[in-house]
Amino acid sequence: MADIIVLILLLATGYFFGRMAEKRHYKSILQREKKYQKLTVVASKFPPAFKNTHDTELVMGSVVVSVDYFKRFVASLRNLIGGRVRTYETLVDRARREAILRMKEEAARLGARMIFNIKLETASISKNQRNNNVGSVEVLAYGTAIIPPRAD
Amino acid sequence: MITTNLEMIPGKRIKTHLGLVQGSSVRAKHVGRDLMAGLKNIFGGELKGYTELLQESREEAISRMIEQAQSIGANAVLNVRFSTSTIAQGAAELFAYGTAVIMEE
Repeated sequence: MADIIVLILLLATGYFFGRMAEKRHYKSILQREKKYQKLTVVASKFPPAFKNTHDTELVMGSVVVSVDYFKRFVASLRNLIGGRVRTYETLVDRARREAILRMKEEAARLGARMIFNIKLETASISKNQRNNNVGSVEVLAYGTAIIPPRAD
Repeated sequence: MITTNLEMIPGKRIKTHLGLVQGSSVRAKHVGRDLMAGLKNIFGGELKGYTELLQESREEAISRMIEQAQSIGANAVLNVRFSTSTIAQGAAELFAYGTAVIMEE
């Protein structure tokens, strides 16, 4: 009986806090994406030929995000019947966008106008082997910032 | 030292290729951070401790790669790639590699 109460309590806290955190995160992501819209991110390997030499700098951003208890529970139920695991989709989406934003922030600090050859890498970080489900993911975004010469 | 993940640097020419350079670092999480992460696993959200940890070890891997490039006389590392792997329970390896070259100044 006590087990069930604990489980329900965990699910409830996970549900409420997780939802709150996700909403807040998405809000801040959208806000910052608008702010850095001018900074173009390109997946191409070859930058256009510039007339004058530009500086290049490796920039990266990474984030580790974890799902809440409720979502993990729902996902484990999903494992029984298969299909789309929506609860994990938002997790990975958030992590990826956050990583890209952090990379852009670093590039903006350097005064870059473009980022070329962006690569994304996802790694799952399992706390222990016992419950080897997704849990938390790390996303790394990296690319080369092209910094135009200072006009002076 | 220039590091980039492009295959060239716009406006500069490659003089000599020196081959592959690499750097890696293996880090384990400490108990305090693990505890916090355990709590975060219930509430969800960013695990700041882990983000920092991985960031630090990635920088370490890059600096080792750069050290190796410097020791063979390169002045730039092109086409840098990263990879992450979990080798043991609670330890992660961060790996950076690229091509060392000598660029025209």
